[in-house]
Amino acid sequence: MVNNKFLSKSTWQQILPKIVLSPSLIVVFAFVYGFIIYTGYLSASNSKMMPSYDWIGFVNYSKLFALRHWKIAITNLAVFGTLYIGICMILGLTLAILLDQKIRFEGVIRPIYLYPMALSFIVTGTAWKWFLDPGIGLETIIQTWGFEDFSFRWIKDRDMAIYCVVIAAVWQTSGFVMAMFLAGLRGIDDEILKAARIDGAPAFKLYTKIVIPILKPIFLSAFVVLAHMAIKSYDLVVALTNGGPGRATELPATFMYSYTFTRNQMGIGASSAIIMLMTIAAIIVPYLYAELRERKSD
Amino acid sequence: MGMSSVASTPSTGSIARTCIYVVLLVFCLFYLVPLYVMLVNSFKELEEIRGGGMLNLPENFTTAPWSSAWSTAQIGVQPTGLKPYFLNSIYMVVPAVFLSTMIGALNGYVLSKWTFAYHRLVFGLLLFSCFIPFQIVLIPMARVLGTFGIAGSTWGLVLVHTVYGIGFSTLFFRNYYEAFPTELIKAAQLDGAGFFQIFRRIMLPSSGPIIVVCVIWQFTNIWNDFLFGASFTDFDSQPITVALNNLVSSSTGVKEYNVHFAGAILAALPTLVVYIVSGRYFVRGLMAGSVKG
Repeated sequence: MVNNKFLSKSTWQQILPKIVLSPSLIVVFAFVYGFIIYTGYLSASNSKMMPSYDWIGFVNYSKLFALRHWKIAITNLAVFGTLYIGICMILGLTLAILLDQKIRFEGVIRPIYLYPMALSFIVTGTAWKWFLDPGIGLETIIQTWGFEDFSFRWIKDRDMAIYCVVIAAVWQTSGFVMAMFLAGLRGIDDEILKAARIDGAPAFKLYTKIVIPILKPIFLSAFVVLAHMAIKSYDLVVALTNGGPGRATELPATFMYSYTFTRNQMGIGASSAIIMLMTIAAIIVPYLYAELRERKSD
Repeated sequence: MGMSSVASTPSTGSIARTCIYVVLLVFCLFYLVPLYVMLVNSFKELEEIRGGGMLNLPENFTTAPWSSAWSTAQIGVQPTGLKPYFLNSIYMVVPAVFLSTMIGALNGYVLSKWTFAYHRLVFGLLLFSCFIPFQIVLIPMARVLGTFGIAGSTWGLVLVHTVYGIGFSTLFFRNYYEAFPTELIKAAQLDGAGFFQIFRRIMLPSSGPIIVVCVIWQFTNIWNDFLFGASFTDFDSQPITVALNNLVSSSTGVKEYNVHFAGAILAALPTLVVYIVSGRYFVRGLMAGSVKG
């Protein structure tokens, strides 16, 4: 092909894709990986209100893990994360199996289960904050139904408030987990099921011995998605309890924000962000690696 | 999801089936109650809510909470209602969705059809950026926005959302284009079509569904964002989620539950409408977002 440009057309066509991709790469490398390094550096500096570059080593990390406030945050994350992931999975799988029984109106029920996923956590938090409020919400409703001794004030109770965060978070995400499992159920090869039925396997065994093992990859995907959402949880707590009562529902994400921006302990804030990142990376990186490798072998 | 069920025929007894329907119905109520509560109480007078009966329909139907939430309620120090913040969110979401989708389409095209050494690693690094806890970028991002002079502005948020939206939009298009027959592209190349011509004439015209998926995903995520909005804006440029939180959590004065509920529905309305109109694509985006393409 005749070409009077500086580069021959074929060479130009070879480097053009790279030129198109490179701005994104530069931006993502700077704004993601560069920023991670910067925050990592700050976590080893004596930054208070403003970033400072005086290296102090791992002092912030040892301070962080000695803070009662941080211990509350990670204990809460463990409680919240376990219940949130566990309940979402059990509920999601149960609802998916039930919906898979040739249900009439499935087309109506499915969107009802899933719509909370479209809402902002701030909206979810607002709705549940007042619905669980003892003054006007659930407690009052049941009392006006005649059960005058009924008491439900978890959201005001230091020991129970974290379970309110679980309720609202499960409400928001469990429909999505249901949709993942339902898609998995619908993707199972009919032949396998037919064979099992001919062998006379009862319905319950069909699920425990054949269907659930086939769904293993979906359990993994759901776990990864839910775990990373749990660790990142911020908005919902802000809107629902704002970390309270006291510090009862503080999570790492709210801890990081308050230490960095309101308590002028930027070094400690940065170190808490690094811990969050490492926790997520420990879950996500092996998963992404396996997914991308699997695709390579296709 | 039009495939066949695991359950062969409704052979289980009618009692069992009734139980299944009851359970499914109970969960419908569970998911609908918060929306119902917001809706009915947004049309009540405050006295009526304080008197209990949150689940009752309004006795004295009023739209006053809605006009208050929209145009007169106290947000921070200003009695502006949510209207200016709703507009902020629109000014933020439209360019950010457009830019991140465009960039994602081009990236996906390159990473699926013009691959090079280590393209898988590059894709993996882009993908990991979707999952980072954004707390890790808050401090440096605040400094960068300050340096560029766009801290506390809607444009600053557009930049932030575009940058952190690239990972997912690239994922959508890359997985979609991967299934696209490479022979067609080879044939077009033999006919003398170049990189952009192939993109414009061959890839884009068949990208309708994935563009819809990507736009819906980005729109929902960016509209619903709170962390970036709270971190990088001042009073004038806050998005609606931040304004709603200020409205609801303000500690001064009477708690106007009815106004809070009306405000929450206003903030939820755009994403809810998108969901109702195109739920199928929303679900597809969610599924692709869990990486399984």
